[in-house]
Amino acid sequence: MADYQELFRENAPEWPYPVNYGKENEISTDVLVIGGGVAGCHAAINAAKRGVKVAIVEKGATVRSGSSGAGVDHWGDAFTNPCSKIDPDQLANRPRKEGVVPLYRNGIVRYITMRESWDALLDVEEMGLEFRDVEDEFAGAPFRDDKTRIMFAYDYEGKTNIRVRSGAKIKPVLHKELKRLGVKIYDRIMGTALLTEGGKQGGRIIGTMGVNIRTGEFYIFKAKATVLTTAQFSGIWVFSTEHIGFASHLDDPNCVGEGSAMAWKAGAELTLMERSRGPVAGGFNWPRFGTGSPTNTWYPCTIVDANGKEVPWVDRKGNVLKTLEERTSNWQSAQPTPELPELIRRGEYVLPLFADLPSMPEHERRAIFGLMVGNEGKTRIPIYDIYTRGGFDPDKDMLQTPLISREAGGEGLGPPMWRTGAAGGGWSGGGLVVDWDLRTNLEGLYAAGNQVGACSGGHPGAAATGRYAGRKAAAYARTVDDTVPDRQQIDEEKARVYEAVGRDGDIGWKELHAGISRVMQIYCGEYKSDKMLRTGLWWLNSIRESEAARTYVRNPHELERYLECLTRLTVSEIIIHASLARKASSRPLDFKRIDHPVPDPPEWNKFLTVSLENGDLKIGELPDNFWVLPPYAPTHRENYEKHCGLED
Amino acid sequence: MKMDNKAYLVPNPATPCLPIRIDPELCIRCNICADQCRTDVMVHNPVKGEPPIVLYPDECWLCGTCVEDCPVPGAIRMEHPLSQRVGWKRKETGEYFRLGMKDPPPPYTRPPVG
Repeated sequence: MADYQELFRENAPEWPYPVNYGKENEISTDVLVIGGGVAGCHAAINAAKRGVKVAIVEKGATVRSGSSGAGVDHWGDAFTNPCSKIDPDQLANRPRKEGVVPLYRNGIVRYITMRESWDALLDVEEMGLEFRDVEDEFAGAPFRDDKTRIMFAYDYEGKTNIRVRSGAKIKPVLHKELKRLGVKIYDRIMGTALLTEGGKQGGRIIGTMGVNIRTGEFYIFKAKATVLTTAQFSGIWVFSTEHIGFASHLDDPNCVGEGSAMAWKAGAELTLMERSRGPVAGGFNWPRFGTGSPTNTWYPCTIVDANGKEVPWVDRKGNVLKTLEERTSNWQSAQPTPELPELIRRGEYVLPLFADLPSMPEHERRAIFGLMVGNEGKTRIPIYDIYTRGGFDPDKDMLQTPLISREAGGEGLGPPMWRTGAAGGGWSGGGLVVDWDLRTNLEGLYAAGNQVGACSGGHPGAAATGRYAGRKAAAYARTVDDTVPDRQQIDEEKARVYEAVGRDGDIGWKELHAGISRVMQIYCGEYKSDKMLRTGLWWLNSIRESEAARTYVRNPHELERYLECLTRLTVSEIIIHASLARKASSRPLDFKRIDHPVPDPPEWNKFLTVSLENGDLKIGELPDNFWVLPPYAPTHRENYEKHCGLED
Repeated sequence: MKMDNKAYLVPNPATPCLPIRIDPELCIRCNICADQCRTDVMVHNPVKGEPPIVLYPDECWLCGTCVEDCPVPGAIRMEHPLSQRVGWKRKETGEYFRLGMKDPPPPYTRPPVG
């Protein structure tokens, strides 16, 4: 007995699902959706409503997976709801100021979201999700429109953010609708590689291949049109299951980047892959939304210090906002003073801090804890249910809050841990380049949600782009015939997928994952340079040849996790290629090049694209507002109306 | 206290140890929890008619949907790992409590909105 693993292998019960590695299942459909989150469900539903055959492939369980699988508390960008006071066109067409650094937000996604966010919310209402205050629990509250019973969040004046009363049930509602419409759902199947016409890189996308993570069986999906709605990559820089807090706040561990890696290998253009996220809301410390975070779910909760002294709220210019009303009509800029850490160091405020729910008016308290915390992702059970069972009384108790640099740090003055690359929430990270049809540069391949490069839409962005891409894919599918996949492409992918099965390896997937993340922290971390990035590429390649080729796989679940590590190697390589290509630092991209330290020189205010062409790396570029430049029309509205597909 | 001198050759426990707990008395063996889990933290029991096994507690995202979707209240529950348990102060009395403490204050029973 060399080690305990051997002992356990010999005595372990057998895997509970029937295992059949490599057995082929072939499915033919008109529209294939890869990724069963919010974007994928809306895409599939909208394609199916147009009368085409639709299949959805999901690595987890469509009923609950995705960034909003555990719920949604507010639905933003609902600019077309009957109470909205903000005109999306005015917002979209604000004149660009000379010399201003771009935010690198995808204007196509943004505009589609502003136009269709409300429609998507009405869609889910029709499916059975009650988002309005149907029981009049909040009658008379300043955030409620008494005629429509819509409740608004954050900004009670502009009225574009809508509280979602039963948001915890959003995915089960979408799932039921998929079934009602006859969409074929293939859960527990991880897409591993796209099928291209003739097996050629850059060719038309004609479906995908995948592996069942319970049985190990192989799947071949033939499709006329494919919509990629997989998650943004995550877990690239940090991996630990021992460091608790990791799993409780950090992104869904299933968000690996298969979509980006698959599309990359097929020849798709990706952009902003060099973007980092820097220190962000949430770290390694506390349950998500479980510590009174007043800039999001707990907005606009009053924060007090250990002696009950209230922390002032300020606007962007530093003006103190004296009343609660000022906070809720000023959301874009209202926050507890960012000088708080300094004030604590000077002894003016005493730790620990608390979110003072009891001091809030009843309707605000109930909206914050009962509605928002009660329905946001990962909060109904983990926070509302567990805290209240454990004795927390929102009417009487003040929750301890580690409020430093938003809710990033620990309690006190500790700096937030630098990390980057997150899925969910839509933070304008790396992903696929799309046009006004939400089509990628590859014929037959559409994208929606966080899979789109620079997508910053969050839940409504996923829903709106999903319904749009579903329409476009359905329309395209009607124009093409079935194509026979290339047998060689299938055989090569099968060889890759099953290479590790039965191999006498000595490294588990967790060590492999941690090793890849370590390389990315060291060689592609906060401070980057040409030499370090190139050394990082060497390390990744070396790991692929050595440790990745010695990783063992003992069941289909470990096969999944091992293949995810191979995906992370690919995603990491793309990130380094993109980082090498951007030879300038950038503040909005949180991108720091030691060898090119000057931030945002005007000539670098552009999107860089990376792709493979005949196996070779190709770097391209796009203007920072390419979506309103030729060949497109000069305004968002014109492009939208020409492409949105609502006329047919 | 009666000590059993029998000891076992076992690896270290995964962390967190048991974020998800199934009560075999209440569990109706429907496998909904296992089948709705995005991460496959639970697997069906190889022994037919037995509750699912929490096989990969270290992969749990602590989202709680297994608890939400369970048809039998109390049959499955989630617990935050010890390092994740928060504290709070009762405004009127200044008493300090925490999640998981011995003799906690009584539960607050009003359900969430929606």
